[in-house]
Parts: sequence; C-alpha cells; structure tokens
Amino acid sequence: MATQTTPAVPAGDEAALAGQIRVAVPEHSLRSDLRAVSIVWQRELIRFRRDRLRAVTSLIQPLLFLLVLGTGLSSLASASMPPGVSFKAFIYPGVLAMSVMFTAIFSAASIVWDREFGFLREMLVAPVSRSAIVIGKIFGGATIATFQGIIMLALAGLADVPYNPVLLITLAAELFLLAFTLTSFGVMMAARIKQFQAFMALTQMLVLPLFFLSGALYPLHGLPAWLSFLTRIDPLTYVVGPMRHAVFTHLNLSEEAMHALSPGITWAGWVVPIGLSLGIVAVMGLVMMCVAIVTFSKPE
Amino acid sequence: MAVAPDAEKTAGNGQRAPIAITVAGLTKNYGEIEAVRGIDFEVPTGETFGFLGPNGAGKSTTIKILCTLARPTSGTARVAGHDVTTERDRVRRNIGLVFQDTTLDNYLTGAQNLRFHAELYGVPAAAVAPRMQQVMEMVGLWDRRDSLVMTYSGGMQRRLEIARGLLHAPRVLFLDEPTVGLDPQTRTSIWQYINELKAREDITIFLTTHYMDEAEHCDRIAIIDHGKIVAIDTPEALKASVGKDRVQIQTADDAAAIAELGRDFGIEAGMHEGAVTFSVAGGEEFVPRLFAGLSVPIRAVSVSRPSLDDVFMSYTGKTIRDAEAGGADAMRQIVAHMRGRR
Repeated sequence: MATQTTPAVPAGDEAALAGQIRVAVPEHSLRSDLRAVSIVWQRELIRFRRDRLRAVTSLIQPLLFLLVLGTGLSSLASASMPPGVSFKAFIYPGVLAMSVMFTAIFSAASIVWDREFGFLREMLVAPVSRSAIVIGKIFGGATIATFQGIIMLALAGLADVPYNPVLLITLAAELFLLAFTLTSFGVMMAARIKQFQAFMALTQMLVLPLFFLSGALYPLHGLPAWLSFLTRIDPLTYVVGPMRHAVFTHLNLSEEAMHALSPGITWAGWVVPIGLSLGIVAVMGLVMMCVAIVTFSKPE
Repeated sequence: MAVAPDAEKTAGNGQRAPIAITVAGLTKNYGEIEAVRGIDFEVPTGETFGFLGPNGAGKSTTIKILCTLARPTSGTARVAGHDVTTERDRVRRNIGLVFQDTTLDNYLTGAQNLRFHAELYGVPAAAVAPRMQQVMEMVGLWDRRDSLVMTYSGGMQRRLEIARGLLHAPRVLFLDEPTVGLDPQTRTSIWQYINELKAREDITIFLTTHYMDEAEHCDRIAIIDHGKIVAIDTPEALKASVGKDRVQIQTADDAAAIAELGRDFGIEAGMHEGAVTFSVAGGEEFVPRLFAGLSVPIRAVSVSRPSLDDVFMSYTGKTIRDAEAGGADAMRQIVAHMRGRR
C-alpha cells in the first residue's frame, strides 16, 4: 500500500502547476465580514437540507398538539368557543411557535456540536470578526427554523385558518422574529455550555414551560395572579399574542368574541400594543446576540 | 532545502520578512501549571522547523499561542512579521493551520469544506475555484471532492486539512502533530505530500511531533521538555553532538549488569524500554570487550547509531517514551484545567 502511494501530481505536471494561482488575502473589511456571515449562513442551510430526518421529526410534536390535542379537546372547549371558531384555530398560533422553537434552539446546539468535533475552531481562527460568525450562525438557525414554521403555515387549513396572503406573510414575519430571538438565546447559551448533553437537557427543561406559559393553549385573561404574572414574563407570550391577534382578525369574529379569545397582553390593565410586544422580543434577541458575540470574542 | 526561485509568489500583504517566526521569552501558565517556561527561537522564511518533545511538553501550547488561539502569559511572538497578541487578524491571514484533532465538518463535502474556508479567509472570488482544484489535486482528493467528509478515511481527512490549510496561500503553515493517530503507511504518504509541498510552495512550515523519525524531515529541530527548549539545531548537528552509539543489552540479571558496568567499565547505564541501555563511543568495538568482561550472561545486544531519540535522551536524561509516561499526568492536568475554564 505504502509503495503504491504515488504523489498526487505526476512529475510532468509539476511545471504546469508551478505556474501557481496567486492568492492575496485582502485586509479585513466590512466586505470580508459579510462574506463570512453569508458562508456561515449557507452552511446551516446546506446541513439542514441534508438532514431531512430532523426536519420531519421536529414537526411531529407541533402536529401532535394541533391534530391530537386540538381535536381531542375541541368538544370540551367548543362550549366556551364562539360560533365559527374552532379550538384548533385558537391553538394554531401556539403550535406555529412551537414548530419554530425546537428547530431554533436545536440549530444553536450545533455550536456545541461543532466545538466537540473541532469545526468551531476552524471558524474561530479565521481572520474575520467573531461577530460575523455569530451573526451568520444566528441568521442561519433563524432561517431554517422559520422554514419549519412555514411548513406548518402551509397546514393552516387543518386548523380552519384561511389562506390569506396578508395573514400568512404577517405570521411568517412574526415567526422569523421569534426564531431569531430563540436562536440568539441558544447561541448565547452554547457559548457557555460545552457539553452537548447539558445543552440538550437545558433546552428540554425550557421549551415546554415557555410554551405552556405563553398562553398558547388558553386565553390570557381571568387567570390566577401567579399564572398571570408568569405568562407576562414569558417572552413567547409576546409573539403568540400578536400571532393570535393576526389569525383572529382574519376570522370575522364579533367584538366580544375577539375580546374573550384574544384580549391582548395587559400590564396591570394596560394593553401592550402589538408593535411594542414584538419590539420587546426583537430587543431581547439583539441583546442576547450581543452577549453571544462578546462571549465568543474572548480568547483563551 | 532550496527556496523556490519564483520568490515573487508571496502570499499577499506586502514584503517578505526574512524571519517568519520570532519568539522571545514566551511563557504560558494555566493556573498553577507552567506549560511553557520561557522559550526563545527564530525560524527563517522557507525553513521547515520542528518542535520535538513528548506529550505535555508544551508543544501544543506554543503552537496555540503562535496561531493566536491562546494569549501568552508573558513574552512576545511574531509570525509573518505581525505580533500574535496585538495583530491577531494580520497573523491569521498569513497562517495556515492543521490541528492535531480534525476540524472538518463531516456533514459537508470536501469541496464544501474548502469553499467555506475560502470565503472565511476572503480568498478573491475569481481565485477560489482554481486554487481549490490546485490544492485538492496536490493531496490527491480532487476526484473525491463531492463526497461527504464522513466517508473519508483518517488519512484522507488529514490530507484535506492540509489542502485547506494551504488554500489561502499562507506564508507560514502550522502542522500540529500532522500524522498522529494515523497508520504507518498513511504517515509515510502524508510526509510525501509535505515534502512535495516544501518543494512547490514558497512556505515556512512549523510542525510539532513526538515521533523521532518525523523530526528528521525538518531543516531544524527544537527539542522541548517540560516547557523549555533544551536543544535547537539541524538533525545532523544534534546527532553529531551526541557522538556516541547507543547500546542496549538484555541480560540474566539487569541490576547486576548495571552495577558491573559502572564499576568495571566506568559506564553509567540505565533501564530503558526493558533493556540495559547506555551510550558509548565506538559501540561496535565495545561489544567484544563487553562480552569478554561482563560476568553476567548476555542474552541479546543491539548497537545503534545516534538517533534523535539518543539526542533527546542525552539532553533530557530519558527516552521520549519514558518522558511520555510521566508527561501524560501533566497533560491530563492541563486538559482538565482547560476544560474547567473554557
């Protein structure tokens, strides 16, 4: 075997290759950082495309909630539902959020994975700013998570939600915002947590409480004080609320029904405007992204 | 080693410095542990320079500092004319790295891994495709460029990493234990590629190894032990400095043989690798005297010309394998410490 290993290029070609391709690596610039963001983002997409199993499995749980829990509970819930609204339509925004949650946080877990397999090092020694790597990673994760959300959006009919273009675009944008903030959170944690198991345990521990406290499965008014408080500090609430508002404004509901089912998020009686609500989520995402950048920028 | 005549072919930024790497008074502590304790050396441009020492001697720590992955506790280091602490980006643009552990993405193809690297290092768009083909052909992987890296063998992965390290035409290539964990045949072929590379690209190579036979491929070697450089010279000069042959004998009673060697021959012998070992000038002439003079029966004898192993032994008082047995503990400590803080 050893004797058969010949140099890759026969000696005759050597002169031809000696003509060399000249490569001059340019100085660090905004353009080089943008290239870095773009390639890190592309890598997430390539890997996601290759991992079909993950795409399918991460849709199972939201589908269970929508089809099994949604159908199962609808007879019970229909008593309190105004005519023309199904329970499935009510929980649909929460289910959309859920489909994004798993993928968003899981995509951040790939940083922990990359660290274990050494690829993180390849990124961290490159002559680009660490922020470019972190931003590329976050937007890559957010993109594939939004893509998962869009698959669930395509199933809107199963939840008796109309295929209205304005509604679908609004929901997709809100899902992207949620995906961005969750991926930022995941990346921020992944900057600190070095073990894959620990990271997965943390996300498992967080995802369901965030989901249950977001008002995904029940309206936000008339709750006991403790639960009311917890729903208000759950960031997911501030996305599920606006998404539900968007869905219900396209269902031709009466004023009272709208108020009963989607009362908006209130702080001590004051209704938080949708813009502020989404703004809170965006700011959280940006802050966590900055924390992640700072953490990754520290050398050993 | 002949420097390629087309010296114009410098990789980018400005003029070539005659000295590729300068290290002065470098130290690195991980908490209590002193991994590197004050080293100084220079590597001229175009040289292949080897860091030889057992695991845990401070080789990887030094390479990490030179690659800007770790900050020195004190001292300075310049690579390709730039300071590793204050000009990290400039250093990074001018170096290629092949780490001890693989840093490839197994879920991407070979070509995708290189493409990722090219974008990250800002290789001009027009140069990416031809340069990729060039480096992949050089390591014999062009035909496999569209296979996932997870389907590559260990040797192929290492070759891909070498190709990737060269993709952006660095001025200094760092190879941290380039053949560790590979079978002997693959090691040989990796060395073929490295030697070819030396001939073809105008590049300075800094490598670490704990294989004596590999150190022979270097123009110059620094022997490092316990975080200090104990010797630095060409392999030939180092071997000549030992001047003695190494004799290993197996006897019926090793302790008695060592005592007798000390008393009757004035030779200080010790146990290494399970045999009574000592160095003596003119080993082949000495063996007949040994048979005549030693009362302990001799079962086997071997005489070897000074190798780098003997160089290591003469400078550190132990063989590299002995040193590893002790060094492994220190290594574990450092690793444990780094895990704790990273």
